Amino acid sequence: MPAYSYFPGCSLSGTSKEYGASTVEVCRALGIELTELEDWNCCGATSGHSASREVADALGARNVLLATDMGLDLVAPCAACYNRTKRAANVLAEGDAARKQRIAELLGRPVREPVRVLHLLEVFSHEEVAERLGGRAMQPLPVSKVAAYYGCLLVRPPKETGFDDPENPQTMDRLLRLCGLETCDWYFKNECCGASHSIPQSSVVLTLVDRIIRNARAAGAEWIVTACPLCQVNLDTRQQVALGEEPLPVLYITQVLGLALGLSPKSLGVPEQLMIPRVPAGAAGGGR
Amino acid sequence: MIRLRGSSLPGEIEALSGQRVFDCNQCAKCTAGCPMSFAMDIQPNQMIRLVQLGQADRLLRSKAIWLCSSCETCAARCPMSVSVAEVVDALRQLSRERGMADRSTGAPQFHQAFLDSVARHGRAHELEAIGVYKAKTRRFFDDIGLGIRMFRQGKLSLLPHRIQDRDVIRRIIRQSSGSSKT
Repeated sequence: MPAYSYFPGCSLSGTSKEYGASTVEVCRALGIELTELEDWNCCGATSGHSASREVADALGARNVLLATDMGLDLVAPCAACYNRTKRAANVLAEGDAARKQRIAELLGRPVREPVRVLHLLEVFSHEEVAERLGGRAMQPLPVSKVAAYYGCLLVRPPKETGFDDPENPQTMDRLLRLCGLETCDWYFKNECCGASHSIPQSSVVLTLVDRIIRNARAAGAEWIVTACPLCQVNLDTRQQVALGEEPLPVLYITQVLGLALGLSPKSLGVPEQLMIPRVPAGAAGGGR
Repeated sequence: MIRLRGSSLPGEIEALSGQRVFDCNQCAKCTAGCPMSFAMDIQPNQMIRLVQLGQADRLLRSKAIWLCSSCETCAARCPMSVSVAEVVDALRQLSRERGMADRSTGAPQFHQAFLDSVARHGRAHELEAIGVYKAKTRRFFDDIGLGIRMFRQGKLSLLPHRIQDRDVIRRIIRQSSGSSKT
């Protein structure tokens, strides 16, 4: 059974608590063992690296070193946490001595060769897990075509994250196809939604979100599926809906996987109204 | 590229960001792919050119450095491996240190409110960070309906999650230059 140290990050206990809940549920169902990092700290997100490289390095490195002390590769479901944490791990692994020395000073502890930092999608793509997923009978879902939205922080910068093809990633598309869904080919799967500006620059962000939503609709998406709490909240709350149009639902990959595995919508934080219209009788709510 | 004498800016930016700004040959692929360029007063390729030329004043007072969303599309596509996003981080740091940050964007105040919350608790307390940001910018009524909806959904907790080792986090954030000037 694959085992990891788990870094939920700040969003997953607040604005994205359904991502946290569905992550725990799906990992349990797939036999992925997660042990939460004890006393983890905020990765600093955009505000951290905007202050200085030192702040970003040190905040990220503290969590990497907690995981390293546990001897377990670290997994983060939040794309922002993943990005900042992986970059700190890269500094610990191959950064110059002065930068590592500064991290040690700020943390008041020696640094060491780090464990690996993974995003949750990489864990689901792990051979053993993918086999287990592929072998499961999947429950039918209320929609047939979805748009996998990757955003920025999983795929960029490629020399730091090394996650899939930065211009046309497929990791999430493959998982969604395993759930019996068709995935869209569309242009905005890796375009920025502007989440870091959602509060101070909401008018600019409306433009970015609108472009993404329109392109997903044009490609025939019935849902957008994300693996980032900042993207989900931003695409959901900054979405402008024209008269007579239904909002385009934005779900987490763990919610979709959970539904396909037969977990209850409630335990995954999936709103009931998303399940009602087209769900075949008996497809949702059972199986636990 | 000939380095101009008399400006310390290119050297400072290179030291803070680790980017080689003189590698840029102005192909402007960064600007072509930048999702925020439509709102910027200085375009991404122009930022690099101005760094090369040592135009600190124009850069450090610009809105553009606070409008970059750090999506790193520029970094992913640059044929010369220059990350404008990381140059922007260094410009933000200098801009704040010198008291030149453009506050009309709201971004410096937002980042400060967020980091102050992390310094206090070790984790971000969303409600507190947003409250402090609103008090600083006097934008009290923006998003009030959205805030109420999220609160009702139990997504904005009243109390912070505090970690044990808060002192280390506070030290990291306070020691960063300029962290308390905005």
